[in-house]
Amino acid sequence: MGLLTPDPGLVFWSALTFGLLVFILKRYAWKPILHAVKSREETIEYALAEAEKAKAEVEDLNATKIQIMNEAKDERDTLIKEARDLKQSMLDDAKHKAQEEADKIIASARMQIEREKNEAILQLKEKVAEFSVDIAGKLLEEELQTTDKQKAIIDKYLQEVNFN
Amino acid sequence: MQHIRLFIALSVLWAITQNSFAADTHGDDSEKEFDPMEMIMHHIADSHEWHVVSYNSNGEEKHITIPLPVILIDNGLHVFMSSAFHHGEELVKKGDTYYKLYHGKIYRTDASGTIAYDDNHEVTNSKPLDFSITRNVASMWLSIILIIWLFTSAAKRYRGPPSAPKGVQSFVEPLILFVRDDIAYAQIDKHKADRFLPFLLTLFFFIWINNLLGLIPFFPGGSNLTGNISLTLVLALITFFVTNFSGTKSYWGHIFWMPGVPVPIRLLLSVIEFIGLFTKPFALMIRLLANITAGHIIILSLFSLIFVMKSIAIAPVSVLMVLMMFMLELLVAVLQAYIFTLLSALFIGMAVASEEH
Amino acid sequence: MEGLSLTTIGLGLIISGAAYGIGRIAQSAMEAMGRQPEISSKIQTAMIIAAALIEGAALFAIVVALMKG
Repeated sequence: MGLLTPDPGLVFWSALTFGLLVFILKRYAWKPILHAVKSREETIEYALAEAEKAKAEVEDLNATKIQIMNEAKDERDTLIKEARDLKQSMLDDAKHKAQEEADKIIASARMQIEREKNEAILQLKEKVAEFSVDIAGKLLEEELQTTDKQKAIIDKYLQEVNFN
Repeated sequence: MQHIRLFIALSVLWAITQNSFAADTHGDDSEKEFDPMEMIMHHIADSHEWHVVSYNSNGEEKHITIPLPVILIDNGLHVFMSSAFHHGEELVKKGDTYYKLYHGKIYRTDASGTIAYDDNHEVTNSKPLDFSITRNVASMWLSIILIIWLFTSAAKRYRGPPSAPKGVQSFVEPLILFVRDDIAYAQIDKHKADRFLPFLLTLFFFIWINNLLGLIPFFPGGSNLTGNISLTLVLALITFFVTNFSGTKSYWGHIFWMPGVPVPIRLLLSVIEFIGLFTKPFALMIRLLANITAGHIIILSLFSLIFVMKSIAIAPVSVLMVLMMFMLELLVAVLQAYIFTLLSALFIGMAVASEEH
Repeated sequence: MEGLSLTTIGLGLIISGAAYGIGRIAQSAMEAMGRQPEISSKIQTAMIIAAALIEGAALFAIVVALMKG
C-alpha cells in the first residue's frame, strides 16, 4: 500500500521542520507566554490576597470605629445624665432656698403683723379708755348730778367690755 | 450566512478544478470515464507540484501550477524545478540517468521512459533517494510560518507589566492554557510537566493547524500533510523518544520486572509491556493518518458523486453532505490534535511518574 | 479491489468490534457523568484514553489486513 509506505524525503523534512519549530517556538513564544501567564497568575493571586487583607483591615477599622462611636455615645449619655442631675439638684437647691426665704419673710411679716396688731389694740384700748373716760366724764357729769349708783353701773359695764 | 454561501461557492469551484485535475491524470482523452478512486488517490498522495487552478481554453486544458524544487540524491546531488517534467510528460536527464515523474513519484527509466509493472500492477522501476520539496513539505513550511507568526506576535503582547489579554492574545491564550492545564498538568506531575510543555504545545498547534490547512480545498491548502504516514511517523517517533529518554527507574522497572507479581507472570508481562512500548506510538501514527485521510476520502467521494452520476441534479445533495462532512472534519481536526497531544502527555506522564506504590 | 474479498470482510469485522467497544465506553461514561457531573472532565479524559486504546488495537488490525490483502 502506497499510503502506508513512509517517504524518506518527507520524513527527513518533517523531522527537521518540526524540530526547528519546537526550537523557535520554545525560544520566542512558549517561554515568554508561559512565563508571562504564570507571573500574571501570581500577580492576580497576590492582588487577591492583598484585597482580602485590605478587606480584613477595613473590617477591623470598622469595628474600631463602631467601638469608638459606642464609647462616645456612652460618654455623651453619662455627661447628659450628669448635667441633668446637676440641673435637678440646682433647681432643688434654689427651690429650697426660696422656700426658706419665703418662710422667713412670712414669719417676719407675721411677727410684724402681730406687733402692729398688738400696738393697734393697745392704741384702741387707750382710745376706748379715753372714750370711756370721756363718756364716763360726761356720765359722771350727768350722774354726778344724779346718783352715785349710775357711776357704779358705768364701771360695771366697762368691766364687762371685752376687747378681745 | 454570507460565509456559508462563500464556502459553498468555493467548494463547487474546488470540485470543478479537482475534476479537471483528475481528468488531466488520464492524459489527453477528455471523454475518458471519470475514475473517482484515481482522483482521490491523487489528492491524498504527495505531489511534486502545487496545483492552483485548471481551466479550459479552446478545448485544451490549461493548468496553473506552482513548480516545486526536486532534490535527488543519486550519484551526487541533482536539484531542478519540477516544471522540467512538464506534468510527467517529459523525461529529465541528469548524468547518465533518465528520470520520469509517474503518478507523483520519480522513477529511474531508460531513454524512452518505460515503466515496468509486476503482477500486482506495482511499478518495478527503481527510485532515487528523493529529498524534494514536495507539496506536503511546502505546505508544512507555510504552516510553520503561520504558526510562528501567530505565536510570536502573541508573545510580543506579553511584554511589559501583566495585563488582561487583548487581540490575538485573547484567542491564543485560552488554547495555550487548555493544553497546559487540561493536557499537560492533568497527565504529568506538575513539577515535571513544565519541561515537556513546549513540545506538547508545539505538537498540538502543529497538528491542528496542519489539519485545518488540509481542509482548505484550494491553493494554499489542499495537501494531505497530517494524513501522510511520513509526518505521523515522525511525530510518533518524537513522542516515543521523548517518552523513553525521560523514563524513570520505576518506569523501566514496571516494564521489565513488574513488582508485586509472581515470576512467570513477570516474564509474560515484560514481553507484553515491551511490545506495548512500540504499539503505543504505532497507534498514534496510524490514528492520525487514518482519521485525516478518511475525512479527505469521504469529502472527495461525496463530490465525486456528481461526476460519477454525470448529473448536475445531484450537486445540491452532494454539496450539502460535503458541507456537513466539513463541519465534522473541523471538529475532527481539533479532536485529533487533542487526542495525539493528550496521549503523548499520558505516555510521558507514565514514564516520569514517581514511585506510587 | 473487485468483489467481496476476505480483506473487506475482515475490515468490516474489525470496525464492528471497535465500534461496539467504543460505544460501550461512551455509554458507561455518559451514565457515569450523569450520576456524577462534578467529575465529568476526569471521566471524559478516561473515556478518550480507553477509546484510544481500543482504536489503536483496531487500527493495528486494519493495517495488518490492508498489508496482507
